Amino acid sequence: MEALKQIAIIFLQNYHLITVVILSIFLGIEVISRVPSVLHTPLMSGANAIHGVVIIGAIIVMGKAPVDDYLSLILGFLAVILGTLNVVGGFVVTDRMLEMFGKKKKK
Amino acid sequence: MQAVLLQLSYLIGSVTFILGLKMLSHPETARKGNTVAAVGMTLAIFATIFLYKYRDGNQWVGLHNYLWIFLALVIGSVVGTMAAKKVKMTAMPELVSLFNGMGGACAMLISIVEYNHLLHEMEKNSNMHPSIGMMLVIVLGMMIGTVSFAGSVIAWGKLNGRIKDKTIPGGQMINFLILGGVIVLGVMVIGGFADQSMITYLFYGIALLAAMYGVLFVMPIGGADMPVVISLLNSFTGCAAAFGGFLYGNPVMLTGGILVGSAGTILTILMCTAMNRSLTNVLVGSFGGAKPGAAGGEAKAQGSYKEISLSDSAVIMAYAQKVMIIPGYGLAVAQAQHICHELEKVLEEKGVGVVYGIHPVAGRMPGHMNVLLAEADVPYEKLLEMEDANDQMGSTNVVLILGANDVVNPAAKDDPSSPIYGMPILEVEKAEHVIVNKRSMKPGYAGIENELFFRPKTSMLFGDAKQVLQKLVAELKSM
Repeated sequence: MEALKQIAIIFLQNYHLITVVILSIFLGIEVISRVPSVLHTPLMSGANAIHGVVIIGAIIVMGKAPVDDYLSLILGFLAVILGTLNVVGGFVVTDRMLEMFGKKKKK
Repeated sequence: MQAVLLQLSYLIGSVTFILGLKMLSHPETARKGNTVAAVGMTLAIFATIFLYKYRDGNQWVGLHNYLWIFLALVIGSVVGTMAAKKVKMTAMPELVSLFNGMGGACAMLISIVEYNHLLHEMEKNSNMHPSIGMMLVIVLGMMIGTVSFAGSVIAWGKLNGRIKDKTIPGGQMINFLILGGVIVLGVMVIGGFADQSMITYLFYGIALLAAMYGVLFVMPIGGADMPVVISLLNSFTGCAAAFGGFLYGNPVMLTGGILVGSAGTILTILMCTAMNRSLTNVLVGSFGGAKPGAAGGEAKAQGSYKEISLSDSAVIMAYAQKVMIIPGYGLAVAQAQHICHELEKVLEEKGVGVVYGIHPVAGRMPGHMNVLLAEADVPYEKLLEMEDANDQMGSTNVVLILGANDVVNPAAKDDPSSPIYGMPILEVEKAEHVIVNKRSMKPGYAGIENELFFRPKTSMLFGDAKQVLQKLVAELKSM
């Protein structure tokens, strides 16, 4: 019973986030319903860059870490580097892929 | 005021992600879509750095450690840009996989730091008890992030050939056991059923098991299916990011993560459909690993094949009216796209019509061949999609297969026991002659024999694609 009550509380506290999640799931499905197969890889790569948004969490971790908490600082530092790699590398590599496609289109 | 600006930036960020994905799925707007999403991301990142406030005791304070944050951002940007700019076209899928792994690792580290933070709070204040919800998102974020990280690294290793396909006997069983273990440990940690002193060991136990699961799950999957797996891992990382969003009540992480999670899943399914296979088939069937039974059964089909010399190939092609080139991964590996374009030009000078037959999943990623040939400036209209290529096959005199294998395997059409049965293929046997360039008689990446090589119309031209094409061009020029 106690656990159920806790779950109910979690739900009530987060129902707006849960709504966002559910709507986003449908949105994600709707947005890419028909994609030509040539674009599968760039789209995958673009989506890959977008989930790099996890870097925001890494920045928060890093920015909150007390100056003397070395473990958090080191892990946070690593996390920000990895997240940046994901975001920047992801967008640049997608752009390079699409650049090839663009060149082809003009001819 | 700052809070309003921050939330507004997040809102704009979320909208750009949706727009970006939408635009990425249409050829004309794809590149712009990528830029739109990148701009939104930059906005969200800088808004977080400068405007984010958290509660410390009784007051709201901004983030600190700016020096460290910017140092990490600069390192990540420089390394990421260099890697992405320098990578060869052929190595792009593995780089995407690696970046995906980085995202997973990032989610994992966030969870670990937040977990330690929580422990710290509990030590200071023994009355404090973490809520189930908090533990749930921390543990799930770490679990999925770790699976994604480990799996992506293996996928990366497999694509660049550092890691070979391996099927572990009873691998399915072990995987299920590990997954079960992860769930049990997860419930213990999240529900607070474990003893306070044990909980940290359990927490890292989950990380270890999740890493093992990631490795074992990708290990037996064949290289040809790797794009599908990367796409799936991609949507995993999306979910991990979304748990981070829950942790901080951060809307942009939530929408970005979930969008990628669901869009990635759909994309995974679309990719499977393009290969005419189901997702379960890819994951459970896991062809590509050495299957002694299947290989033994197909060995019967083997007969003798005939070889053709370089000069004979040159002659056949020079006197043909129409030649169709079918590129595959072998062309990409040999980096032979430029010399291939050269061959096309030499043949055209001799009045031979040249087209390319492009199978949608030739190479290591859908669209791989289009990208590769575009790099060599092969005109767009010469690239025929599979349906058009098959329509024109009957009027083609010579088909030249360059390092493609599974996409022309007739077993996909007429052998129901074949793992690739049902996949649409390029029906090269409708043409008059088929010349296959391969390095050896070894089966292709899917690990299955190709009966085409033993058919009467087929002649084999062994050698590295680039060297063979160079010699062919030289031969044709001297004719």
